[in-house]
Amino acid sequence: MTATPELSYVRILPEIILSICGIVVMFVEPLLPQRGSHKSLGVFSFVGTLAALIASLYQTNYPGWGWFNMIRVDEFSVFFHVLICAISAVVILASFEYLETQEIRGGEYYALILFGTVGMVLMSSAVELVLIFIALEISSIATYVLAGYRRRAATSAESSIKYFLLGSFATAFFLYGVALMFGATGSTSIYTISSALQSGQVTLGASSVPVSYSLAYVAVALMFVGLGFKVASAPFHIWTPDVYEGAPAPVVALMSTGPKAAAFAVMLRILFGAGIDTSKAWFWLVWISAALSMTLGNLGALLQSNVKRMLAYSSIAHAGYLLVAFAAVIAPNARDTGISAAIFYAAAYAAMNVGAFAVVSHFARHGERYVNFEDYAGLGKRSPILAATLSIFLLSLLGLPATGGFFAKFYVFNAAIKSDLIWLTVIGLINSAIASYYYLRLIVVMYMYEPQPGEEKLQLRAAPGLTAALVITAIITIWLGVRPAGVLDYATRGASRLLPSFQQSSNLSR
Amino acid sequence: MPNQPLPYYVNYLPVLLQIVVACLVAGGMVALSALLGKHRYSRTKMQAYECGMVGTGDARQRFSVKFYMVAMLFILFDVEAIFLIPWAVIYRKLPAAIAPALGAGPRDFSARMFGFWEMLVYIGIVLVGFFYIWKKGALDWNATTEKTDF
Repeated sequence: MTATPELSYVRILPEIILSICGIVVMFVEPLLPQRGSHKSLGVFSFVGTLAALIASLYQTNYPGWGWFNMIRVDEFSVFFHVLICAISAVVILASFEYLETQEIRGGEYYALILFGTVGMVLMSSAVELVLIFIALEISSIATYVLAGYRRRAATSAESSIKYFLLGSFATAFFLYGVALMFGATGSTSIYTISSALQSGQVTLGASSVPVSYSLAYVAVALMFVGLGFKVASAPFHIWTPDVYEGAPAPVVALMSTGPKAAAFAVMLRILFGAGIDTSKAWFWLVWISAALSMTLGNLGALLQSNVKRMLAYSSIAHAGYLLVAFAAVIAPNARDTGISAAIFYAAAYAAMNVGAFAVVSHFARHGERYVNFEDYAGLGKRSPILAATLSIFLLSLLGLPATGGFFAKFYVFNAAIKSDLIWLTVIGLINSAIASYYYLRLIVVMYMYEPQPGEEKLQLRAAPGLTAALVITAIITIWLGVRPAGVLDYATRGASRLLPSFQQSSNLSR
Repeated sequence: MPNQPLPYYVNYLPVLLQIVVACLVAGGMVALSALLGKHRYSRTKMQAYECGMVGTGDARQRFSVKFYMVAMLFILFDVEAIFLIPWAVIYRKLPAAIAPALGAGPRDFSARMFGFWEMLVYIGIVLVGFFYIWKKGALDWNATTEKTDF
């Protein structure tokens, strides 16, 4: 049955709302006085992301296909919609104070966040490779520009250029993979590809020819390169520290979580939704990438003296932990566990990382001058509440019990052990131990070092928007650590929607 | 084997032929005129421009690079305008194609106007972009950088 038009529009309701809000911001921005504050536009954008979030929740009532089977709304996409909209909303809240301290004017900042969110949200519900590519570009181009938003800083321009050049190169890989997949299976729709790969036959007009599996494997590898870049997994991680160092801190909060979550959603859709033969096509790709990301990320983070670079390397390492969950899907009895662990990890990582970068954006002050470890000395005395909040996020990134990071890692390694990935689990656990050094070092610097001379008296006070952002992320981080069951439950339902067995039956029923 | 389908890249044979012919024609013209043509060099003929004004001054001058903004915007709106062409080509076939998805007959008002509204929305978005660059002063050749600075 084809979807009725109203329902088709419901399938992209969050995207529509975000786009309209973004266009309104672009329309109103030139009419406002150039010298004034653009906070009103920020508040409007915040309301827009909240509306999109509510629209995503409303979508749960209308699961199914839309737009000629290019869009699929199910628990899986709704989970990522809500996650990405929440990330954007919190980032916008955290940006108010930052833009003021850095003396950055421009409502386009908010419009770009909204447009980027459109792309990320669309990525998680698109089931057609060309549409996925367009969504990927929408989100990427917005973040390329956002990365260069500290226009007076050379590092920011460097960050933007590096991200742009390497990012376009990576998307080209993805597109090439799409082209080869089309060549191998004669379709760009994930579910048509899935059935073609399962039956081994491609229908071309009246005749049918056998699927070229080698071409399909090369296609998967190329798409993995493109998406691996977006999630900053090794060996496609080289850009991460430079880009995160130069880009504005709230933007890093967005682009280290939002596009990553969306790219992981796409990976899950392509790898498992397309039902590609699990043992051959991608298992070793994912295994090696996971092991490399964890190891290189954590070892790299040990050597950093800049907190933003340290968090960049930690973000590489976390991409590695997440890929462990991907590798775990190999075993049939761990399929649900693996995918839901990956989904849960994306949510927990988003909460703690957005929070950590929000604190960093506050401590950085004008021109982002205070981003080194020694600048954090004595923060425990100067602003105890902020330091405590940052400690929560760092402990969660480390994976201490009673924080979201603990259960995220627990579920991932649980799934890995279930599918007998002993070596990957061992590498992951050793890496978690290494990670404790640099996370705890920052906490030690904050609480046990004396403040730098001349800064003892300096009081740091977070503005209301930032405070709200920190409270939200801290509560979610702890809530995920104390009561993870609800979110995990939802993630598991999303995972079950993704598996080919379910799709076969639902294909017939719809 | 009469039923064996030809390999798909046979479809590219005309392209290959086209490339070969193009190379032959272009190369042949240059080669033939070099071989057969008369070469009489004179002072006027060796000047940069045989016709038109006599060149004055040095080409190595400083000039404003603000044209890049206009050039970039031109490309943007050019590409956006190109999207009108496929729409215009299939406009009359659109009602019949879209009717089933709308749950309407091909002669229904909603099916007939679908393409119209879709394009109206698209042009509206393009116009907002145009309004934005206009108000930002990107089209103003004499504007200082102050106005576009944010």
